[in-house]
Parts: sequence; structure tokens; C-alpha cells
Amino acid sequence: MQLYDMPDERGHFGQFGGSFVAETLVEALDELRVMYEKYRHDPEFLAEYAYDLKHFVGRPSPIYHAQRWSDKVGGAQIYLKREDLNHTGAHKVNNTIGQALLAKRMGKPRVIAETGAGQHGVATATIAARLGLECVVYMGSEDVKRQAPNVFRMKLLGATVVPVESGSKTLKDALNEAMRDWVTNISDTFYIIGTVAGPHPYPMMVRDFQAVIGVEAKAQMQEMVGRQPDAVVACVGGGSNAMGIFYPYIDVPNVRLIGVEAAGHGLETGKHAAPLSTDSAVGVLHGNRTYLMQDQDGNIIETHSISAGLDYPGVGPEHAWLKDIKRAEYVGITDDEAMSAFHGLCRTEGIIPALETSHALAHAEKMAKSMRKDEIILVNLSGRGDKDINTVAQLANITL
Amino acid sequence: MSRIKSTFASLKANNKKALIPYITAGDPHPNFTVEMMHAMVASGADMIELGVPFSDPMADGPVIQRASERALAHKVGLRKVLALVQEFRVNDDNTPVILMGYANPIEAMGIAQFAANAKAVGVDGVLTVDYPPEESEAVIAELGKHDIDSIFLLSPTTEAKRIDLVVKQATGFLYYVSLKGVTGAANLDVEEVKGRVAAIRKQTHLPVGVGFGVKDAATAKSVAAFADAVVVGSRTVLTIEQSSEEDLIANISALIQELRTAID
Repeated sequence: MQLYDMPDERGHFGQFGGSFVAETLVEALDELRVMYEKYRHDPEFLAEYAYDLKHFVGRPSPIYHAQRWSDKVGGAQIYLKREDLNHTGAHKVNNTIGQALLAKRMGKPRVIAETGAGQHGVATATIAARLGLECVVYMGSEDVKRQAPNVFRMKLLGATVVPVESGSKTLKDALNEAMRDWVTNISDTFYIIGTVAGPHPYPMMVRDFQAVIGVEAKAQMQEMVGRQPDAVVACVGGGSNAMGIFYPYIDVPNVRLIGVEAAGHGLETGKHAAPLSTDSAVGVLHGNRTYLMQDQDGNIIETHSISAGLDYPGVGPEHAWLKDIKRAEYVGITDDEAMSAFHGLCRTEGIIPALETSHALAHAEKMAKSMRKDEIILVNLSGRGDKDINTVAQLANITL
Repeated sequence: MSRIKSTFASLKANNKKALIPYITAGDPHPNFTVEMMHAMVASGADMIELGVPFSDPMADGPVIQRASERALAHKVGLRKVLALVQEFRVNDDNTPVILMGYANPIEAMGIAQFAANAKAVGVDGVLTVDYPPEESEAVIAELGKHDIDSIFLLSPTTEAKRIDLVVKQATGFLYYVSLKGVTGAANLDVEEVKGRVAAIRKQTHLPVGVGFGVKDAATAKSVAAFADAVVVGSRTVLTIEQSSEEDLIANISALIQELRTAID
């Protein structure tokens, strides 16, 4: 039985979440909320969603016991939930399919999205192509540079990629610009938000679509090893892959839930993207109340991470809530630690993970060392690293 | 009586409409803000809407975004904005000042502290773009303790039932956003706005101002024919952006005079 019942009717997770938007967006959000309520338990809608997850995405994604890597690390057994094997190469597509099917039912011919690493942009462009929807993706110009392969993929799929030059030119600015587009084109446009942030109902809706990860994992772990893991570890930028695997585990006792944020150059340097693992203040950004990296005047400060997908100054409101009620723990992993785990997994398991995911892997590695050999850590391997080869090559001074 | 209420009352007695220019505090430099405010009043502004710079102005178009960036480059945040209002009040105790901005700077100061500080320096009204009525209970209560008006937006997509909810919470006046989109996005459709304002008036006795899309004197004039107040934002900020420091005050004064003449 699911005891945990969040958010409330207006999207609040305790003091977090809610719907902090300009009046011009209220009606569109109301419409979305009503339509999502209508379809979230609708058997026909869910069947269509399940069909696409199976036949278009390739779900269920397997769980893989990373035995050689576990042996090398020495300690707990590390299992990987292989979201990298999804069509388009990451967990993002679970959500874009759900939202695009909703857009179709709402009669919206145009979808827009923001993207950081480009995975959400690619997943949106993909489903837009499949459903015949016009697609515009906003991406910080800084990210356009460091994620060139994904930009090209989106264009191949027929999407228009708009580089965003304002602010810090990264994910948060792409989100601002997508919001501006939405408010201007509200009658024919559906905004597909890629993470568990934004105004209600987005944090709940994205979580629900991503929860397939945790639902599968619970059944698969039972089948593979006859029990649930001791800890579930996932990286957190906005927090969609983490929320997806955590959510079905919230009511399962004795399973630690650990979210891994980007500590960048180090939590003590201020150059990071880790609002939950530092003493950030609570504030309002992008339509919800959450922990935010900000200065004394409440302006959002620039974040740093080697991985574009974690380079975000806020975090989904449900993570803020899970931190406050102490159901989940949040830690930081630096650029260097993530890189080391990245190479480790490549060499011992033949899997090239995304740089975002490498943060979760690095923390699992740290934890495993002090755990017994019969203990189990399940890591959400949220995406594959092909998109990151330019960044990795650059760090090693290699020209591709 | 609050400054906003008495200003609307005396305008009405003289059969005039309110001209409310918007500038972003600290743009192009905090040294000019107070001088510009005085110059706008001298040129015919009835109230001043002062923007609080914010790093992520989601509801604003490129013109006001750039103004925010220029002000932030001089480290102008909410604390400095309040100090500028205090400085303005030294020589002007009559003209209402309305702060317009986003929720997070207020959250960072603390809602109660913000309301007390705003009162102390002479702020009359607060319009926070991303505090819709549903999330405004605390802020309305705190501002109310200090007789500061809570001003809310109504948009072309706000339905009658919701207008009811908004007008119950609003004080001072209502701000009708004349078009879908961000600030300064396009020219408004005067006939459509006229119909909307008439509909809003059936649900409230509060004055109704119109903004977002008032780009020239001619539009200001036609809007003033049916609205109680005309808010001019992006046009004012654009004039600031295109002026040299030497011409700034003269250009802003000329713009406000032109608008004043048009709406009278």
C-alpha cells in the first residue's frame, strides 16, 4: 500500500512546490492540470503509453550486476538500472512520450522544450517526429557548444534548436526562454518540461511518468536476488531520474535513497550545482518553491558542473521535501571524482556512462568500499555517454 | 488615505487618467534612478513603477531583460532598490511608488521583513509577477499590516470566475496585461482590450490600469480613453537604453511629456 501521498491538490510538498507563475500562464496550467487528472488513470491512455514504452523505447530496461566493477571497488555489490539502453540513450524519453501523448489529446500541434545536456531535447524531438508535432528546443548557447552531437541529433529529427544567449547561457536560461515562448503561444503549444521542477502539475506529472524506472526495478531486484537493495543511488540536477527510481521505494523500509548532486570544483569553492548538499536558502524559481543557489538579494548565482545536465541552481521540490523529512540523503560529487568513475566503468564493464550518471557511480563507489560484500547498491544508470565524448576528449587534450 | 488611492481620486476629480511609467531601478546606473524618477514626475507621471532587477525575469521580453542585466552589473538588488526609494522620498512625498518584480528577492529578504522595510522607505504598492493570488496569502497579509497595496495582474486568458478571485485580493488598482506574451512583445489590439476592461469593471470598483504593449503616444491615448491608468514599460526602458548618459534625463522627460499630452 502506498502510504506516501504527495503533493497536495495544489502541488505542494510541505512548504515546497506550488505554482508561482505570472497570471498569463495560469489558465494554461489549469487546463494541463485538468487534462492530466483526466488521463493519468485512464486505461486507454495508459495502454498507449505502455505500448510505446515497450515497442518504441524498448522497456523494460534491464538490471545488470556490475560484477567486475564491484570486485575492483571491493565491498558492496553494485547493480545498474540500464536506462542508457532506452531508445535515445537516457531516461528522458519515458517522460517525453507521456507528455507528448497528452499534448496530442489536448489538440496542441506544437511542442517546446528546454534542454541542458540535450538528452531531453533529443527525447522531445524524437517523440515529436514520431507523432508529427512541430518541435522547438531552447538550449543555453554554452550548452550548444559542449553538447554538439545532441544538437545535431535534434536537427536531424526535424526540431528547431534555439540557442539562448541570456543570463548564464545554460539550462536555467533555456527554461526562462521556453516559458516566454509558452506564454506567447499558449493556445497551440504544449510545454514539455524535462525535469521534476516547474509549476504544478509538472513535478508530479514528470515523476509519475518516470516512476516506471522504480516500478520495474522493484520487480527485477526481487526476481534477480530475492530482495530489495540496501541503497538506491541516482544523480540529481533537477532530479527526474532520481525521482523516477526513488518514488516507488519511498514506502519501502530499510532502503536508503541517495541523491548525488554536482559538487563541481568542490562544495567549499562555491563553484558547484549542489543546492541540497550545501546550506542553500529556500526560494522561488521557475514556478515552484525549493532550495536555490542564490545571493543575499535573492538573485540566482551561476552554477558549475562538468555535466550540462546537472548544471542547475535549483532542484525539484519533491527532493527538497524528501531531504527535509529525512527520507532521502543528498551528497555532492566533484568533477574529478565523476571523471574517475566514468573511466572506471568504461574499462571494467564496457559501458560508457553519461557524465551526469558518472556522479551517481562515483558516490556508489565511495559507499561500496565501506559496505559488506553481501550488501547491494542499485545505481540508476540514467544515460549513456556518447554525447560527452567531446568534453572527455577535451579534458584529455585529445582532438577528435 | 493611501497615496495610490488619493492619486486616483484627485485624477478622477479632474477628469484625467493616470500615467505610470516603468523603469528598472539601477538602469543604466543607480546614480541616475532617483533623478530620473523626479524628472518623470515633473514631466507628468502620476505614479512610478520601479522594477526590482532579477537574474531570471521569466515574464519579461528582451528590452526589460537587458535593463535587469545592466542594473545587476552594478549590483543593484532589492536592498539597494529600497534605498533608492528612500532617497526619492526626501524630495517627493506625494507620488506613489510601486515596486514590480519577482518573488525570490522578497523571499530572500523574508516576507515580513520586506513589508516592514518597504513601508519604512515609502513604497505604496507591490506587484510581484510570480505570486499569483493562490500563493499570495502570506505576502498580502504582511503588506496589508503596513497599508501597502497588493497589485495583481489580469490577463486576456483570465476567466470571469478567476477575475472574481483576483479582485477579492487586490488593492490599489488592477493591472490588465493587454496581450498574451512577455512585456513589450507586440502592439496591443485597442478594441479587444476595451472590451476586456469593460468586462473587468463589472466585477470591481477598483481602478483598472492597462500595460504590456503600449508602445507610443497614439496607443497611450486610445487606451486612456477607457482605462484609469496607462502603464508604459518597455518603451521607457528602450529610451533609456538608446540614450547617452548626457541625454538621458532630457530624453526621458520628452517621452513622458509626449505621453502626458497624448492621454490628456
